[in-house]
Amino acid sequence: MSEKFSLSVNGTVHSVTADPDTPLLYVLRDDLGLNNPHFGCGLAQCGACTVHLDGQPIRSCVTPVSAVGAADPVKTRPPAITTLAGLGTAEKPHPLQTAYIEEQVPQCGYCINGWLMTAAAFLRDTKKPTEAQIKDALSGLKCRCGTHLAILRAVKRAAAMMG
Amino acid sequence: MTTIEKLNRPSRRALLKSGGALVVSIGAPMPLQLARAAEEARLVGAQPPLTPDQLSSYIAVNADGMISVFSGKTDLGQGLEVALAQMVAEELDVPFPAVKVATGDTASSVNQGGASSASGIQEGGKQLRAAAAEARRVLVDLAAQKLGVPAAELVVDGGVVHSNTEMAKSVSYAELVGGRYFNVTLAWNGKIGNPLYAPGKARPKDPKDYKIVGQLIKRQDIAPKVFAQQDFCTDIKVPGMVHGRMIRPAVAGAVPVKLDESSIKDIPGARVVWNQGFLGVVADKEWDAIKAARDLKVTWSNPTPPFPDQASLYDHIRKAPVRKSETEGPPVGDVDAAFKNAARVIEAEYEWPFQSHASMGPACAVVDIKGDQVTLWTGSQKPHFTRDGVAKILGVPPEKVRGIWILGPGSYGRNDAGDCAMDAALLAKAVGLPVRLQYMRDQATGWDPKAPASIHRARAAIDASGKVIGYEFTSKAFPRVDVNSNESAPHDTLAGQLTGVPLKSGDGFGVPEESYGFANKRTGYWETIAPLLDRGSPLRTSHLRDPIGPQVHFASESFMDELAAALNLDPVEFRLQYVTDPRDIAVIKAAAEKAGWQPAPSPRKGQGGNTVSGRGFAYIERHGTRLAIVADVDVDRSSGRIWPRKFTIAHDCGQIINPDGLVRVIEAGVVQGISRTLWEEVKFNNKNVTSVDWQSYPILDIAEAPEAIDVVLIDRPEIPPSGAGEPAIRPVAAVIANAVFDATGVRIRRVPFSPDNVKSALS
Repeated sequence: MSEKFSLSVNGTVHSVTADPDTPLLYVLRDDLGLNNPHFGCGLAQCGACTVHLDGQPIRSCVTPVSAVGAADPVKTRPPAITTLAGLGTAEKPHPLQTAYIEEQVPQCGYCINGWLMTAAAFLRDTKKPTEAQIKDALSGLKCRCGTHLAILRAVKRAAAMMG
Repeated sequence: MTTIEKLNRPSRRALLKSGGALVVSIGAPMPLQLARAAEEARLVGAQPPLTPDQLSSYIAVNADGMISVFSGKTDLGQGLEVALAQMVAEELDVPFPAVKVATGDTASSVNQGGASSASGIQEGGKQLRAAAAEARRVLVDLAAQKLGVPAAELVVDGGVVHSNTEMAKSVSYAELVGGRYFNVTLAWNGKIGNPLYAPGKARPKDPKDYKIVGQLIKRQDIAPKVFAQQDFCTDIKVPGMVHGRMIRPAVAGAVPVKLDESSIKDIPGARVVWNQGFLGVVADKEWDAIKAARDLKVTWSNPTPPFPDQASLYDHIRKAPVRKSETEGPPVGDVDAAFKNAARVIEAEYEWPFQSHASMGPACAVVDIKGDQVTLWTGSQKPHFTRDGVAKILGVPPEKVRGIWILGPGSYGRNDAGDCAMDAALLAKAVGLPVRLQYMRDQATGWDPKAPASIHRARAAIDASGKVIGYEFTSKAFPRVDVNSNESAPHDTLAGQLTGVPLKSGDGFGVPEESYGFANKRTGYWETIAPLLDRGSPLRTSHLRDPIGPQVHFASESFMDELAAALNLDPVEFRLQYVTDPRDIAVIKAAAEKAGWQPAPSPRKGQGGNTVSGRGFAYIERHGTRLAIVADVDVDRSSGRIWPRKFTIAHDCGQIINPDGLVRVIEAGVVQGISRTLWEEVKFNNKNVTSVDWQSYPILDIAEAPEAIDVVLIDRPEIPPSGAGEPAIRPVAAVIANAVFDATGVRIRRVPFSPDNVKSALS
């Protein structure tokens, strides 16, 4: 049975009606019209659907909306969901976004949420990371076009920008 | 056809007498279905037909002087649009930012084959270059009339034509034709797809005059992707649209015999579409469609399991009757005599598994049928062919279907996108609503067309002096295309086959491309065998990046390394002894030099310990492009893990349009090649494919990425550009195998080189 949920996405609180087991991914894409997270596997294996929940990367394809939305009407503010669109803008880019453009990273770009959202949380928590730390943090994410080296160059560049 | 020669004479009288003076024409506004194109072109006037013989089918000058370019190629994120814009801007003498390229919309472009065979620049760019040169010629002739200055005395700078003696005598492209269509007929060769070519009378520029071609210009599609503003095919939403999902059988070849629709009666809006083997569902909400596909109770037929056990795949290929064989090209010399006279014969056999496109996301398509008009949004890289296929499966004329290509979730050939478009069309027709269909992960990996599994045999005759006097190479394999490399016919798609259209397997294969000058040589023979299942097969084959190239050249370039080792020769020196083409020699020398190659026969000596290192070499040609590659690898003997630490490549694809884009394309091609070499193998049991996700079909992880891929570009401005999207993947398996041999003395002749396979090879 459908229920009402309050979701806080990129700083705005939305009210949605959905089955409690609906993965957050479909609510973001279909109900809120936020196309940025992509369906890659539905199995938490690839990262294409990654968003932040209170700053931590989660796979929205396996996260039920009931786990991240507050019962509506709102009693407490729901946890903050951030998508790639909320990470930065052309006017105020996140250093990773700047680095991705500088390094011309993506080919098709369908995987981009996983890499950028995971790296953003990692670089926030890890200053001056080593290459091994970067690889470890990003291991498991998928890129099928083979842009692995460009991704590493961009994350290193962003790490340098973030001091 | 206009009479351009007469236009060269700036006499209005001559012009009128010619009877064909209307280079541009003005007429009615553009029809609505061209809205997207119109938005880009902003043209008014009677449009000449959208046919390959019309200049207006490729190029338009807008009222504000912006140049619209319409290409039937598609840019999958490799910078093609930038390269095409550079080629057009160069010929037209306009600034690069003045050119806007629109690709892959059947309402605004002709069928140039889509993304195919690394021909975006080689064929697609060639045509636009010819069209742009012709447009410039026509514009200069018009300027000559207008200014009263002979065309030979006019120069173009920034889209403004002016006298080379009086700068003030000038007129802009926009003033000449801005906002109106060219009405110029080209000399079309009558072909569509990749070989389409329709030049005008103009000759393109001399490369020595290039100012924009060859420059490093960055891609414009990166920022939208990085800021989450890029719409993918998956993001298309149409009013009234429902979501579809397909249902595939657990046993390949099974068809539904009974449905219990009450099993999904509680799912809002869920509807079933069933036609023979075709079974899908739609629902208003995407998650409901997923649940309906999951929960629908289906009784399936019980066919004999169609596949051999995975372990006997190569035995199956060896023993299967040959269905088709062919010898491509004549042999050199007398090969049989060479083997009869040989002092020594060296032979080897190599094996390559089925591989999946395993695109980043499962395919998606949206089909909207409104009256007799059909609109298709597809990520298929060949949208004109997809349009044709959808028209056929819906039984409508192709001109009633508009196919719009929108970037899909990765595409490296004939992947699941073509099947998805056809499935979506059948669903939309059945339910009478616009349908967005996306496959699930298990369907994307499990049911996409596969790159064929194959066996390759090579043997060489060596004389008493150690010279190679005979060489023979043959392949026996599943066909390269059970389903064609595009989806223009229902029999080439799951939707067609599952609704009763029999498979028409293409049967072909292919041969090595190289220039080894062995005195006696026969490398053109191949055999193909029947598909394992005659319709609706998850192991049906089709083109995956550089179709059959990695397979064939894994074998042929491993074998050259085997010959060098058997003759105790350095692998580079061996190749230089026999390779004949000067461009091949140049890439071999350039790669060896850049890598600091130290000549020595493989395997290298004196390595102890668990981790050993090696260096390998390979070279290939592909449709005019050639490259040589060096790999440095580390092998962990106890785990069987291979780490290809570094690659060095020398790459010659003729004239370079954009060196930055080219380097990135090469680098990603190598990385995808590493993945296919080390990890990728479609697993199956006798019932079905069991590689259904990223666990059961692993690809290269970022933790295994090489430290560096050094690329040396050899630019040959005088040679027309050839492809770059596919060549770089071609030698990767061989160069890694050769480096592993150098490190360990063990020759690996079967892909993938997964830790388990390598460990058992080493023990």
